[in-house]
Amino acid sequence: MDFATLIQILDSSVRLATPLLFACLAGLFSERAGVFDIGLEGKMLAAAFLSASVAAVTGSVWLGVLAGIFASLLLSGIHGLAAITFRGNQLISGVAINFLASGLTVLLGQKWFGLGGRTPPLTGEGRFESITLPFADAIAPLPFIGPIYAELISGHSALVYLGFACVPAAAWLLYRTRFGLRLRAVGENPAAVDTAGVSVVGIRYSAVAICGVLCGLAGAYLALGLAAGFGKEMTAGRGFIALAALIFAKWRPWYALGATMLFGFLEAVGNRFPTIELGPIAIPSQFVQALPYIITVVILAGFIGKARPPRAGGEPYVKER
Amino acid sequence: MTGNDTLGRQATAAPAGAPLAIELCGISKAFGPVQANKDISIQVAKGSIHGIIGENGAGKSTLMSILYGFYKADAGEIYISGNLTPIPDSQSAIRAGIGMVFQHFKLVQNFTVLENVILGAEGGALLRGAMASARKSLTDLAREYELDVDPDAVIEDLSVGHQQRVEILKALYRQADILILDEPTGVLTPAEADQLFRILNGLRDQGKTVILITHKLREIMEITDTVSVMRRGQMTATVKTKDTNPEELAELMVGRKVLLHVEKKPATPGEMVLEVENLRVRDEVGVERLKGVSLTIRAGEILGIAGVAGNGQSELLEVLGGIARGTGTVRLNGQEIALTAAADGQSRRARGIAHVPEDRQHLGLIMDFSAWENVAFGYHHAPEYQKSALLMDNDAIRADTVSKMERYDVRPPIPTLAAKSFSGGNQQKIVVAREMDRNPDLLLVGQPTRGVDIGAIEFIHKQIIALRDAGKAVLLVSVELDEIMSLSDRIAVMFDGQIMGERDPAKTDERELGLLMAGVVK
Repeated sequence: MDFATLIQILDSSVRLATPLLFACLAGLFSERAGVFDIGLEGKMLAAAFLSASVAAVTGSVWLGVLAGIFASLLLSGIHGLAAITFRGNQLISGVAINFLASGLTVLLGQKWFGLGGRTPPLTGEGRFESITLPFADAIAPLPFIGPIYAELISGHSALVYLGFACVPAAAWLLYRTRFGLRLRAVGENPAAVDTAGVSVVGIRYSAVAICGVLCGLAGAYLALGLAAGFGKEMTAGRGFIALAALIFAKWRPWYALGATMLFGFLEAVGNRFPTIELGPIAIPSQFVQALPYIITVVILAGFIGKARPPRAGGEPYVKER
Repeated sequence: MTGNDTLGRQATAAPAGAPLAIELCGISKAFGPVQANKDISIQVAKGSIHGIIGENGAGKSTLMSILYGFYKADAGEIYISGNLTPIPDSQSAIRAGIGMVFQHFKLVQNFTVLENVILGAEGGALLRGAMASARKSLTDLAREYELDVDPDAVIEDLSVGHQQRVEILKALYRQADILILDEPTGVLTPAEADQLFRILNGLRDQGKTVILITHKLREIMEITDTVSVMRRGQMTATVKTKDTNPEELAELMVGRKVLLHVEKKPATPGEMVLEVENLRVRDEVGVERLKGVSLTIRAGEILGIAGVAGNGQSELLEVLGGIARGTGTVRLNGQEIALTAAADGQSRRARGIAHVPEDRQHLGLIMDFSAWENVAFGYHHAPEYQKSALLMDNDAIRADTVSKMERYDVRPPIPTLAAKSFSGGNQQKIVVAREMDRNPDLLLVGQPTRGVDIGAIEFIHKQIIALRDAGKAVLLVSVELDEIMSLSDRIAVMFDGQIMGERDPAKTDERELGLLMAGVVK
């Protein structure tokens, strides 16, 4: 493998990691506040669908993004209502959201566009253009640094840069602000927050709302950046991989960047080399494509050692005995 | 309840002329069908330590949680420093200058002391400034009230005593003038408790008001100025501590005369029943919980195991009771007992070891099952409970349960009632009846009176003594030092999975035992 190929694979990794990163950070906010969310997948799917639909109709990519966030927030609201206000089972609510999104997107897609559940292909203003960073053309001819800057760092869509900017922003919010302190406390021991005179419900709803916005961005990027329109089940389990990455990242923002980059890289490798030949043995393409999922299973089976989830995760807060 | 009655009681209770920190009027609170607080009125003088005493379930904690805004009262008014102050939530309580140290600490385990202290009182959207100023006030408070804690220590690394200090610091940082402590000494060693009382006295000297909730008469007598007694959700009396005595308070708590001291004859130890040598137990994460424990118990003898909770006592009971595995040698009546996977509670019972577990609600009973089913558990293979090879004789079990309930004073004596419908004391009597009635050679008993009312404590203690007098061996584990000292014929103190030493209860005192419990060897 030469240097140019490596750059291409890494470049592709960045693109593929972006939706995972958004979704992983979304899950991070929700779960750090004690609300488990296996509905990331459904929220992404709904966001991808609505953003592609709106972008197709209006021709504006940013209206599409807003629509995606709206769809995801709506589902987050349902999850919040079920998990926080009505103290329901968070897993069941998440599963319901996944089913709802899976069915509704295809149904509405067929009804609105009649393309078998797809949205019309997006072109021009309806899709994210790649952004060329300053001096990219000037630096490009330089050896080593040139390709890294011009191809790997430059030339992505706005949402990719936003996604990477979200990592330090999330870390800052969680560890440097009052809101972050309370959010982390609410996921560990909500009674401590309650007796300190702070609303547990308020903090948890805020966290779920942030989760909704980030999931909306993840879905919008899938439909408007990575692809050109919505296709049935286009999230393809990314919401669940993001959850695996979240565990792998031990619920920390910077680790989340590393974990999602790893999964993005594996997917990029699978796309680039359908078959890998190691001497006499040829690894079949199916195996390479399944690699991210296999790694997920290995990671979830405890390969990474002890990852301690937030102590109050998954439990509705009940004060009255 | 008439207003006159309430007023009359207050008039006798209030110290003449002293300004009031708190006045509660007609507080009522129900949890579903349970009336936890019934029309309670109380006055607390400024700058005093006011004790609230009552049995488990008397409604003490509920009342204080209402004062702290954690629960909302169904009826009643709260006056702080003479002003009507509605307290719908904890925020209002904090604003009114009330701080509370709950029985189960409300701390975030993986946060630092500093983070826990500022949580909810950060003073700005960003943490940096708040952390710096909090660090300074924490140092000041620590110096002023002897509350030394490392601000950067993580809570889960701190001892329980230090965690409690963090809770007190939290309240003081919020400028609390009124501090409520709910059963603060339950988890402390005697030395830690003494230190806490010094801190509380210091707070009072600074003009703060302290409310101490406890069920321990000794603490009330030792530190409070005034004491209020609660029974079954009602306030039965408020008296000056110096005008009362433990016997009177106990009577007010229970509603009848109680014997506070256990009467027993000297022990007459006989044959060796239990010999334990070098017993070791590891928990599921591989931490050694018992580090080579050796002990012996003879027939007609009670060996009491003292120690702060979590120093290996539970593991000792579990491994002897066949619930956990361990290594080492255990002999019962001279014959070795297997400590391997093959052993279980069933085989132990067959060998004559009965076990009243520490946590009766999880290990001793199935709360949703009826009393007669619970009486059969563990002994359900007993021949008298079988109708044929396949069928159990439920009628026989029910009849046996009725007879046990009568002999062990279980109230109400209804075998079909679910275990959860009995009070804590009566639940424990069901377990005690099941385990003691089989005439075991060795009785393992953990925390026999935890969450049990005074009347039932008296009964259970008598049963344990009676079993000893019948020539049986008893291993008693309790975190209540009073209980250990009054029941045991010999006392062994456990610390960090080891026996620190054995003492004769007649020749030792709480101070000496307390030092051993804290791991100090002389």
